[in-house]
Amino acid sequence: MIAHASAFGAGLLFGVGLWISGMATPRKVLDFLDIAGGWDPSLALVMAGAVTVTLTLFGRVLKRPSPFYAEQFALSLKQQVDAPLILGAALFGIGWGIGGYCPGPALTALSNLSAEAFVFVGAMIAGGLAHRVAFD
Amino acid sequence: MIGLASVWLLIANGRIAGVSGILHGLFAQPVGSAPEGRAGDRLWRASFIGGLIVAGFAWHAFAGPAPVRQGFGLGWVALAGLLVGFGTRMSGGCTSGHGVCGLGRLSVRSLVAVAIFMAAGMAATFVVRHLLGLPS
Repeated sequence: MIAHASAFGAGLLFGVGLWISGMATPRKVLDFLDIAGGWDPSLALVMAGAVTVTLTLFGRVLKRPSPFYAEQFALSLKQQVDAPLILGAALFGIGWGIGGYCPGPALTALSNLSAEAFVFVGAMIAGGLAHRVAFD
Repeated sequence: MIGLASVWLLIANGRIAGVSGILHGLFAQPVGSAPEGRAGDRLWRASFIGGLIVAGFAWHAFAGPAPVRQGFGLGWVALAGLLVGFGTRMSGGCTSGHGVCGLGRLSVRSLVAVAIFMAAGMAATFVVRHLLGLPS
């Protein structure tokens, strides 16, 4: 129970961070990606700030024998740069550059109750399921 | 805040705050795990996503409703969502998983993914806004 409450709290903090930073506003995200237009580089600082925190603290966290509310850390052990990584990142980037939403911002933007947020999230889930049908 | 939320989920739940993976794990369960384990796995994922969505409502209550984009076709939004859903599953991460968390772990795979999706996002935004002239 406490583990689920903890996950909820982490999601809540993550979501508020997305709104404060402007990541949850697709037009702001596209202004950041639009280097040929009126480029708005402010989201690079958001990314740099978040990475500075994880870079500083992840190493220390992972020195612990286990997390608080789970038996072990669940981490990807993949190290190889392969074709699915490259192609998948390219497809994701194209979708991000068209719509201005990546997964976290799209989910928290459901709170706008806008048609585009629901269409995007529905399509995103369908895209993930299509990948599973095609490759798993 | 985004970085701290990621550290929180790792130290408390032992999980990487990769939103695309958390979302798609709701729909795609590992074969062979016990039913009660699967239910618990779904529940922490749903809790995190619930936190993300509640954060949006809380933000609107505090800061007022977010402006909703007008004039950008829902067909483009759906295409973007499909590409984001498919691409993030193929490459194993999105802006949060590869970006905030993967870079924090000094993962070469994540560094490559981030470079590719940033470049692809900028290229797609250029095409949509400047070649097609759409109000994205």
